[in-house]
Order: sequence, then structure tokens, then C-alpha cells
Amino acid sequence: MAGEKAPGEKKPGEKAPSEKKRSKKKTGEKKPAEQKASQKEAGEKKKKVKKYHCSRNPVLARGIGRYSRSAMYARKALYKRKYTAPETKIEKKKKEKPRATITKPVGGDKNGGSRVVKIRKMPRYYPTEDVPRKLLSHGKKPFCEHKRRLRASITPGTVLILLTGRHRGKRVVFLKQLATGLLLVTGPLVINRVPLRRAHQKFVIATSTKVDISGVKIPKHLTDAYFKKKRLRKPKHQEGEIFDTEKEKYEITEQRKSDQKAVDSQILAQIKKVPQLRGYLRSTFCLSNGVYPHKLVF
Amino acid sequence: VFKRFVEIGRVAFISFGPHAGKLVAIVDVIDQNRALVDGPCSGVRRQAMPFKCMQLTDFVLKFPHSARQKCVRLAWQKENINEKWAATRWAKKIEAREKKAKMTDFDRYKVMKAKKMRNRIIKHEMKKLQKLSSKKGKKPEKSEKPEKAPKSEKPGKAQKPEKVPKAQKAQK
Repeated sequence: MAGEKAPGEKKPGEKAPSEKKRSKKKTGEKKPAEQKASQKEAGEKKKKVKKYHCSRNPVLARGIGRYSRSAMYARKALYKRKYTAPETKIEKKKKEKPRATITKPVGGDKNGGSRVVKIRKMPRYYPTEDVPRKLLSHGKKPFCEHKRRLRASITPGTVLILLTGRHRGKRVVFLKQLATGLLLVTGPLVINRVPLRRAHQKFVIATSTKVDISGVKIPKHLTDAYFKKKRLRKPKHQEGEIFDTEKEKYEITEQRKSDQKAVDSQILAQIKKVPQLRGYLRSTFCLSNGVYPHKLVF
Repeated sequence: VFKRFVEIGRVAFISFGPHAGKLVAIVDVIDQNRALVDGPCSGVRRQAMPFKCMQLTDFVLKFPHSARQKCVRLAWQKENINEKWAATRWAKKIEAREKKAKMTDFDRYKVMKAKKMRNRIIKHEMKKLQKLSSKKGKKPEKSEKPEKAPKSEKPGKAQKPEKVPKAQKAQK
């Protein structure tokens, strides 16, 4: 009796401090031992149900039990214990099936207004021969992933001599290399009528003359997409004069003009500091008798 | 006919070979083709050198044959060969050639502008004097004056623009 009382007293006594400790748990988990004790109490009640029975099938000889399969079924009362696996995430996922069909409106008076259309349709063609599996290759990168190199002689502010294009022979200031590897270059416009333009590294001679461009800020929207040529291709109306609608004449947009001004003003200030540089940029490069490019020092 | 002779103490300029461009003094003659040569102040060790690669200069030093390097060096420094050499036209021509070869594109442009300006000035003066002489062409005395005048003025003006490109090259 004393033994019964003691645990009886303990329980409510323990409950109170355990409840308090539980509340304290939320604030600060400093006493894990007592936490376990309180959990044990709660768990003990559940665990009591989970106490495992000893084997209900006495062993006659090794590997042979007294009762048959069906007798054991009855003895273990498995008819009462039918468990289903808990609804796991798999089941939940399974429920979220994607839409298989979609209803689309259909025009016309006598067509009923809408159709139910399958989203994923069966293939309309099965080839007689399967395409053979391609062999693995390595190092074949698309253009956007190529490594871009820049010659050591070309640094921001270098004066370059353009060799091809409508501005061939002109001396021009290099600004930066763009993402595709082309060089962004400017005249400046007031000096030699070369606007902000792209030039190819291979078709350019780098001179050793440099302009100090360290303080010049080039706007960030000057990328390859900005400079890319635009072509209209919408010959819906097959008239005889399709070619006229496409951009024959290139028109200078206001944005280009403002960008040109913004960049050039900074560069012109630097060019004025070097004597005779302006005249140098205005002049064009040419070869004459007795001048051999392989002997020239640029 | 010959003014520069191979002798002991003759300073020679090496035209080709590993020591191309340096000055040496002939210390002794070995045989018909080679000489013992030493250039203490120009970085050439005492060695045999064929006459073919040597070009004789106007300078002669005074030291006995087979004198040791110290003596050659003393004689060299006494005569101040290095400075004398730099003052000769020969050395200046070599220097000018080197500078021309090193010219960058920008330098070439500056030289072109300087030359153009100089030629303009010369032409301008010439035209002026020609006009004078044509006006007063009847009097032969005054025709002599303008002939002398342009010649004296030409070198005067020639020096100015020459200094300009050289100064620019030196700046570079």
C-alpha cells in the first residue's frame, strides 16, 4: 500500500513538475534528462500496448511449430489486426496528376462550341529504323561556351587600326571586349566618324599607343544584343514588293546617339591631354613604297 | 689613299658577330687574318678577332703591343674614346637608324607632321627669296645675296624641326 501510494503520489507530483518542465522546454531546452523522463511517462502508456507477446506457437522440434498457418492466424487474432500503410507522400503525389485533356473553344455555328483535346498525344509516326545512338564526344562546346581570348597587346584604351570594313585604315580607341569576343570600339565619332561599334580582333592592328581610360565608365547596356543587326522577316502579304518593307536604310536611333555622346565626352577629355593625339586619330593608316608591315613597329 | 691603318692601339668598330656594335682596341696582330683585341670599356673580353668583322675608326691609342688590359683601359679612359665616339657622325648615324627602326605608329605620324611643317617653312622662304630675286633680277649684285641667304637659312630652319622629331623620340 505504501508502495502503491508512493507511485500514486509520485505521478501527480511528477506530472506537475514535468508539465512545468514541458513549458520550460519551449523556452529553453536545458534539461534533456528530465525531458526524457516526461516523455517516458507519456510513452509508457502507449508502450504498454506495444508489449510483445511471446511466441504463441510452441516449438516441437527445430523449425517445426505445433500449430498450422491457419491456426496461428486465429490464435494471433490477425482477423482483427488489419493495418494499412499510412498515406505517404507518394500517395499524395499520385493524386496530383497533371491535366490530361483540355477543352478548347471551336469556331463556327454548327460545331458545338468546344472540343476536348488531349494535351499529350500519341506519336503520329513511328520510324521503321531507330536512329542509332550517337557516340559520346567531348569538348564540343556551343559558341556561347567558347573560351574568349584577347591578345596581350590589346588593353582598354589602346589605339587600334581597323583593317576591314567601311572604316578600314582608321585609327580607333578600344574600350572593352564583349561577351562574344568582339571588341567594342569608338572613333570617337567627332574625330573620325567611327561610332560605337564592334570590331573583330583578327582584323585589327594593335598599336602601342594607349589612352588612359581607367576613369571612363562604359554603360552596361552596350552588349552584343544591342549591336546585333536587326532583320524583319514577315512576308505575310505575298505582294510583289516584299523587299521594300525590310530595313534597307539603317536609321540611327536616339539611344545610340545618347550613348555615343556619353562615352565620347569622357574619352575626348583624355585624348586632349596627349599632344597631337587628336590629329593622329583623325589620320588614316596606309602603306607606301619602302614601307613593309613586317618591319614596322606598331 | 688609305688613311686608317691597322696598328697597335687602333680603335675598331665591330660590325657583325656576337659583339656587333662595340668598340675595341687592337692590341696585337696574330697573323694575316686575326688580331688580338681588347675592349675593357666596352664589354669585350680580350680575344682574337678576325679583321673582317672589324671596321677601323679614326682613333688611335698609345700603348705598347701586347699590353695588358689595365694599360689598355688607362689609355682608353685617358683619351676618352667613349665620348669622342658618341660625338662622331658615324655613331650618330647608327643611333638615328636604331631610333627610326623603333618608331611606333604614333611617332611616325609626329615625324610626318614635323617634316611637313619644316618643308613648308623652307618652301615659304625660298619662294620669298625667289620673288625678290626675280623682282631685282636686273641687278646681278643682289642676285648673289639671295643665293647665299637661302643656304644659310636652310640649315637654320633644318635644325629646328630636326630637334622636334628627335626630342619627341627621346620623350618616347
